[in-house]
Amino acid sequence: MSSPAKFLLWLFACCFLISGSAAFGQDFPKLSGRVVDEADLLNPAEEAALTAKLEGLETQSQRQLVVATIKDLQGYDIADYGYQLGRKWGLGDKERNDGALLIIAPNARKMRIEVGYGLEATLTDALSSQIIRNDITPHFKAGDLPGGINAGVDSIVTQLQLPPDEAAKVAASASAEQARSNDHGVDASSIIFWLFIFFFFILPMISTAFRDKRHGRTGSGPVVIWGGGSSWGGSSGGSSWGGGGFSGGGGSFGGGGASGGW
Amino acid sequence: MRSNIFRYALITTAAVSLSACGINSVPTAQENATAKWADVEASYQRRADLIPNLVESVKGAMKQEKDVLIGVTEARAKATSIQLSADDLSDPAKVAQFQQAQTQLGSSLGRLLATFEAYPQVKSNENVLAFQSQLEGTENRISVARRDYNEAVRNYNTTIRTFPDIIGAKIIHGAKPMTSYKATSEGAEEAPKIDMTSG
Repeated sequence: MSSPAKFLLWLFACCFLISGSAAFGQDFPKLSGRVVDEADLLNPAEEAALTAKLEGLETQSQRQLVVATIKDLQGYDIADYGYQLGRKWGLGDKERNDGALLIIAPNARKMRIEVGYGLEATLTDALSSQIIRNDITPHFKAGDLPGGINAGVDSIVTQLQLPPDEAAKVAASASAEQARSNDHGVDASSIIFWLFIFFFFILPMISTAFRDKRHGRTGSGPVVIWGGGSSWGGSSGGSSWGGGGFSGGGGSFGGGGASGGW
Repeated sequence: MRSNIFRYALITTAAVSLSACGINSVPTAQENATAKWADVEASYQRRADLIPNLVESVKGAMKQEKDVLIGVTEARAKATSIQLSADDLSDPAKVAQFQQAQTQLGSSLGRLLATFEAYPQVKSNENVLAFQSQLEGTENRISVARRDYNEAVRNYNTTIRTFPDIIGAKIIHGAKPMTSYKATSEGAEEAPKIDMTSG
């Protein structure tokens, strides 16, 4: 190998280095279901009833609401903790960002309704605060945590449910989307990408190799340079429910909602 | 034959790695940071939009606190008069000016909310409570947006200063580092505390 080629190869190899992204140093509980009862406030029957309610909401409106009881906020303000947890779990659809969280931290005696970007106009800060003050706090003050959670979930669900005609529309488009993603599994753009690679790089390589074998000729094939190489394996993290378990759809949170304590 | 395969491999690698030399990544990171800045400004604007109504709804009951109310209104006028364009984000002085005005508004708002304590009829007013929760949510959004912006700026600044993106950043884009958003005074990161529990 000639030395300029070696140098070039070295340069390109260096260019390939990809900088890692910063990770948050926080530990979050795993999204084990629609009710993540880390602090163990609910008995199995209550948990099942809540889960059914939350599932009903998603079926009706496609909106994801999750109840999380957190043992330890790790020194964070509950609002700080809440939006990061929502982002980590990716609740709500990636496009609509229609996820919401009800977080209870019994040890810090704090609670919060965390609202995804897309629901901020529906479940406003003022309304969240009202739900916390009027529906949840009285139960919590009386020591009835499950009752408070239930009352809060009921109010949030009522607010997040869509009027029937709108609900039908959302459900129809969601099921169409789901059918599409189930049909293919691989999206069209990656197929095109690999076909492109095959025809323009692998095929010429093979054919030249064959020709060389027969004629002993060293020719140069077509030079093809494509742009946008940074999109390797780009389209991941789409919505992924339908596999039996429960998971977020990639929605994001921006600090909407309200906090309270008791 | 061997050298031919090598040549194709080289071309492939070259094409991929050239695009990793900052030609795409620098503007991407920059756009991302300016978009995040727009979020910061939007959440500050949201706070500014809430203030006139809040002031209006408590004015009647709080005649003795005229100074505090005027202070808030003035700080709001000053804060909303400073707008930053995308280019200004590379100018630390302008960012600092913006920050200072917003911090001032934040602290005079804090003062106003603290005076509510002395007025039970204001404190328990359902309207005022709603405003307070909106204000609290807005402060929360501001801090989230600010943190996202700082993260995006950090990302951008790292991109334009590290190899290999620095090649594209210097030669093609002439990229300048952006200014992250820091608290100008002690405790400015903290939103004014609003006690919602004893309502």
